[in-house]
Amino acid sequence: MADLYPIKVSVNGQSHQCSVQPRTHLVDFLRDELGLKGSHLGCEHGVCGACTVELDGKIVRGCLTLAVQADGGHVQTIEGLSQTGVIRDLQEAFVRRNALQCGFCTSGMLMAAKELLETLPNASRAEVRDWISGNYCRCTGYQAIVDAICDVLKQRKEALV
Amino acid sequence: MKAAAFNYVKPASLAQVFELLQTHGDDARLLAGGQTLMATLNMRLSEPHLVVDITGIQALRGISVQGAVLRIGALVTHTDIEFSPLVAQHAPLLKTAAPHIAHRAIRNSGTWGGSIAYADPAAEWPTCLLALGGAVVAQSSRGERRIAADDFFTGLYSTALAPDEVLTSCEIPLAAADHWFGFSELARRHGDYAIVGMAATARRQGRALQGVRIALLGIAATPVRALKAEALLEGRPLDQELVAQAVACLRAEIEPLPDLTNTPDTKRHLAGVLLQRMLPAASV
Repeated sequence: MADLYPIKVSVNGQSHQCSVQPRTHLVDFLRDELGLKGSHLGCEHGVCGACTVELDGKIVRGCLTLAVQADGGHVQTIEGLSQTGVIRDLQEAFVRRNALQCGFCTSGMLMAAKELLETLPNASRAEVRDWISGNYCRCTGYQAIVDAICDVLKQRKEALV
Repeated sequence: MKAAAFNYVKPASLAQVFELLQTHGDDARLLAGGQTLMATLNMRLSEPHLVVDITGIQALRGISVQGAVLRIGALVTHTDIEFSPLVAQHAPLLKTAAPHIAHRAIRNSGTWGGSIAYADPAAEWPTCLLALGGAVVAQSSRGERRIAADDFFTGLYSTALAPDEVLTSCEIPLAAADHWFGFSELARRHGDYAIVGMAATARRQGRALQGVRIALLGIAATPVRALKAEALLEGRPLDQELVAQAVACLRAEIEPLPDLTNTPDTKRHLAGVLLQRMLPAASV
């Protein structure tokens, strides 16, 4: 067994000091150590995007990031984004557009969509599709998800006028 | 799946990294962005005893102009490159190619140095480095040396790096005013490994191209140059007939390896299509 490694990490604004096995990836740490079950594990090798979380303000694959790499860093999960209300409009649009069925991909979709809205506020529908091509949904066929994100792009632009 | 157990260390200097590599040899693996290593750990395709996290080493960071070259540090991420004004100005090929790499979450973590050192023949950066005529800067306790991109990729996932060497940065000649470049790839779905891809650079001299470099990804065990097509294009006025000749020449000279769904003939055809589409833009 490998040595435990001490880490200090802020998750959704709350500071945690833990000792983790180096092989533990970030989402196993969030789910099993901290009980935050909103981030999901699909493929566990970086393909499906269900594990998407924010590390130091940027979305990453939680399954391709070691918990020890988050040492000293700031993590945001879907729980944090939901509680602070920063993506309320996005969540409402997902409901309104029926952009989720089983919901397994949804937390990853929302994390990815949040960064899209902030990075490319004038994104075209094609750019939205490219952006979320890293997140698999096996239920919806993506149209409703793209619709929901495009709705919010439009809403936020109109709110600025 | 879950990774097998390993020990973890995060050195603060290159000297420490060299020492660790010397002590642990092949039992140690360097971790940068982890977008390839982590997947292979989770699938237990690799089971190192020690993971050496190099992301704490400042000397490996940053993009800068140093004399006649653009220096890209090993830890620079794909997203950094995509949005860097220095890259846009001095190596615009890289800015154009960056969005083709995987997906945003992966581009936020994955690094330039990791991609070059891993030397995946289907990846974008090795092929771009080859097309740009860049060089790899490698360091070990024995000192520093530069390896031209043409000599760096030696086989499937194999490079000219010695076991005790670390890729610290790459150097790319600055794009001059007459710089021309093209990048294109064909993938079934955005972000997937491309079936075939092409990066090309040259200097525009009137209606002709000089110093043509055409590199292909997804064709062979390494990124490869189309030397005969390059020679054919060199210095000749770029008209429809020359483009047709170059496409035929390219298709004749490459020997594509098949992948799971594409035959060598399909790839040969598609490589020609990419060149056919790319060259007319050079004569504008």
